Amino acid sequence: MDERALRHWIARVKDGTLSRRAFVRIMVGAGATAPLAAQLLVAAGIPRRVSAQAKPAFTPSRRGGGGDLKVLWWQGPTILNPHLSIGVKDGDGSRIFYEPLVSFDPEGNYVPVLAAEVPTLQNGGIARDGQSVTWKVKRNVQWHDGKPLTADDFVFTWEYAADSATTAVTVGNYKDIARIEKLDPYTFKVVYKAPNPAWFQTFGGTACVIPKHVFEPFKGEKAREAPANLKPVGTGPYRIVDFKPGDIIRAELNTNYHEANWPYFDRLELKGGGDAVSAARAVIQTGEYDFAWNIQVEDDVLRRMEQGGKGRTDIAPAAGIEHLLCNFSDPWTEVDGERGHAKSAHPFLTDPAVRQALSLLVDRAAIQEQLYGRQGQATANYLNAPGRFRSTNTRWEFSVDKANAVLDQAGWRRGADGIRAKDGKHLKMVYQTSINPVRQKTQAIVKQAATKAGIDMELKSVVASVFFGSDPGNPDTSSKFWADLQMYAFNMTGGPEPQHFMDPFVSWEIATKANSWSGRNNTRWRNDDYDHAWKSAESEMDPVKRAALFIRMNDLLTQHNVIVPITWRSNISAISGKLRNTDICGWDSSFWNIAHWHREA
Amino acid sequence: MGAYVVRRLVTAIPVLLGISLVLFTVLALAPGDPFGELATNPNVPPEVRANLRKQFGLDDPVAVRYVRWFSSMVRGDWGFSFVSRVNVDTLIRQRLATTIFVLGSAQILALIIAIPVGILSARRPYSLFDQIATTLAFIGFSLPTFFTGLLFILFFSIYLDWLPFIYRADIQASGLQWLWENLKQGVMPITVLGLFQGAQLTRFVRASVLDVIQLDYIRTARSKGLAERKTLVKHVVRNALIPVVTLLAIQVPQIFTGAVVTEQIFRVPGIGSLLISSILSNDTPVIMGITFVFAGLVVIFGLLADLLYGWLDPRISFR
Repeated sequence: MDERALRHWIARVKDGTLSRRAFVRIMVGAGATAPLAAQLLVAAGIPRRVSAQAKPAFTPSRRGGGGDLKVLWWQGPTILNPHLSIGVKDGDGSRIFYEPLVSFDPEGNYVPVLAAEVPTLQNGGIARDGQSVTWKVKRNVQWHDGKPLTADDFVFTWEYAADSATTAVTVGNYKDIARIEKLDPYTFKVVYKAPNPAWFQTFGGTACVIPKHVFEPFKGEKAREAPANLKPVGTGPYRIVDFKPGDIIRAELNTNYHEANWPYFDRLELKGGGDAVSAARAVIQTGEYDFAWNIQVEDDVLRRMEQGGKGRTDIAPAAGIEHLLCNFSDPWTEVDGERGHAKSAHPFLTDPAVRQALSLLVDRAAIQEQLYGRQGQATANYLNAPGRFRSTNTRWEFSVDKANAVLDQAGWRRGADGIRAKDGKHLKMVYQTSINPVRQKTQAIVKQAATKAGIDMELKSVVASVFFGSDPGNPDTSSKFWADLQMYAFNMTGGPEPQHFMDPFVSWEIATKANSWSGRNNTRWRNDDYDHAWKSAESEMDPVKRAALFIRMNDLLTQHNVIVPITWRSNISAISGKLRNTDICGWDSSFWNIAHWHREA
Repeated sequence: MGAYVVRRLVTAIPVLLGISLVLFTVLALAPGDPFGELATNPNVPPEVRANLRKQFGLDDPVAVRYVRWFSSMVRGDWGFSFVSRVNVDTLIRQRLATTIFVLGSAQILALIIAIPVGILSARRPYSLFDQIATTLAFIGFSLPTFFTGLLFILFFSIYLDWLPFIYRADIQASGLQWLWENLKQGVMPITVLGLFQGAQLTRFVRASVLDVIQLDYIRTARSKGLAERKTLVKHVVRNALIPVVTLLAIQVPQIFTGAVVTEQIFRVPGIGSLLISSILSNDTPVIMGITFVFAGLVVIFGLLADLLYGWLDPRISFR
């Protein structure tokens, strides 16, 4: 299905010669999903018949009365400011108290929270040239200390996060803004430096608005000293009672919450620490807690817990992709005093036949069945979600025989020790990843197949905090990539938006000694087509053209076997049998819908 | 004795200095930093990490960082956590009460078990009681705490559903209800730790009492016609417990630093779990704060143990 065909069908829906239902059926037949088909129609300006807001099936008659909500985060939040949060845990902790303009639901739709309505081309919210977006702020919203929410707070949040002295982690969402114009106390216009298709990220998802009157004295370098970092003042459904970093957050119902009759619970308690298995046990088996986040536990363990238990495993769509990366530079030779120099060429991974053989040697089916179970899907794509960006042009295959044939044909002959060699170069690889039982097992599976094809793999595992760390002095970081192969998962955060997800393969992000290996491209691969597609997608406002560009980028990666996608991972949470409306999704916090969580009697 | 104490305190200072120097250097040279998680987040530009490192002075040379830490420590400023920007002493104070409760109770439980069992074992060595007690003691300290902890959780929480296994430091109740709730959740971690320490202590008490009970003056007391109970309490136990008391005095600092493994399993928010989470996130100021407290306590309680020994045993003199 190419762009022209898509446009043809959309045009037919627009002038009424094709029903929505038929269009959705055609899309599903072509490999897309129903929600994304609906999204395409919305983008083309065909109005939805159903409101975009997540309408909870249960409408309470009064605020509160639900008692205690107890949740377990096995990494306890340490700071409660969404712009200074270091990991997902801090973002989640902050989301109890702060809110964005829009949230993202599991299908990737935009749900208005603090926005009076979602800006679109039709209602004039998004300018024709895509370079500015006008937001209308919901009226009568109060901060937890009683002061009203106005457009000033949004202007301030931009200044706070965009200031490099603040070192906010959300700075990426704000640096493309040229200015924000306040049109009236409840309306403001964001003007971008260039047409920005990712306009919803500015105040969406984890990038929440913070109060000007609380944080004004703490802009810039003093940002981390603000007492409000530990005692948040937000607009959210719960107010802070007590916070002990790394241990516990206690919150109580916000009686002035801007949605009538919500939230349902009177008190919220978030307990941190421990490990994922006991967290799953506490929710699924004993029912002591109502919700546990990110249960990275083997599927058969979870299944055993679910039998006769009080809770269940919730599998939410996400974009996380566990993949193998090939090093295009030579990590074993020093060029200009630098190992893995971008100018050096890997002795054998630059041979496309070797990379193709590797992609044939990863037994994705076994990995998915044995290790991930319900939590992942074998895939041939790097970019899998949201649905409109998933390529249908790729296939994965596991065949040791075919890999052998490919290598034989390319001239890699087996030596006396069974290891293939050509021109004095032996297929001996160092394959590194972080310490994680599932990853180690994956390594073992891949090594087994590789040995049958005459490739010798040395398995290496590094402590996660070091592997993902940024210490320029340490040789084992993933950005230095001083090995031949490495494996980890990359995820899409900050909304259903793949622009930065596709960052790690552009040529200007190559990690070098000069930038202290802070670049995201650790394979050191460069390709002009890819660079060009990425740059075009950055300012392409037409969603159909944009989707096509991302599909093209994904296909370039898989065609050239730069990476070998292994498993498309979902977010796993443990939920009490009686808890409703959690709707966990992969591109927003687990708490995106916390205001509407309720317990069935 | 006064001169002895002063001398010991004066020599403690270079000891503490040396400890802090070695520890700081090791931590500074260790790989990883508190902001590693930002690496896997595609929306965070890499400059943010670099700026954070610069802001917290992580890129300065080790010597400069040490001097900075030491000079603020001397002034009473223990610094703040890189991760949460909370003062280190606030963090420690938040967790002190829980730690002392759990570990103090475990220590008391260990004593309650060890002393009577040890004495009775030593009174009739190799009898049935002694055999059973010895076997149980060996099993007790061979089984690691994470194993017994998990066993308890599986049995009491999941199978029988009697006890909660997630420890909550602040229970919203009052009076008897509060006490009952705390007891229910505390009994498992306290028992796990208490049994483990009790097993070790039993063997020690038994050996110590056995040493004394064979001495001549005990035989004299018995042949004098002194009741068995009186010989036991007044003569045997008082002399046998001297080494035990000093051992306990040295173990007291352990109460303040928590038991890392048990705290992880039961999610007890103690100083041990703070230590382990700071180590894993390379949060240097917190690690330095906790270990420095520990080092200080060890030195002080070591001195106290020696003084106590000298006071209890008149044969010892201080020179």
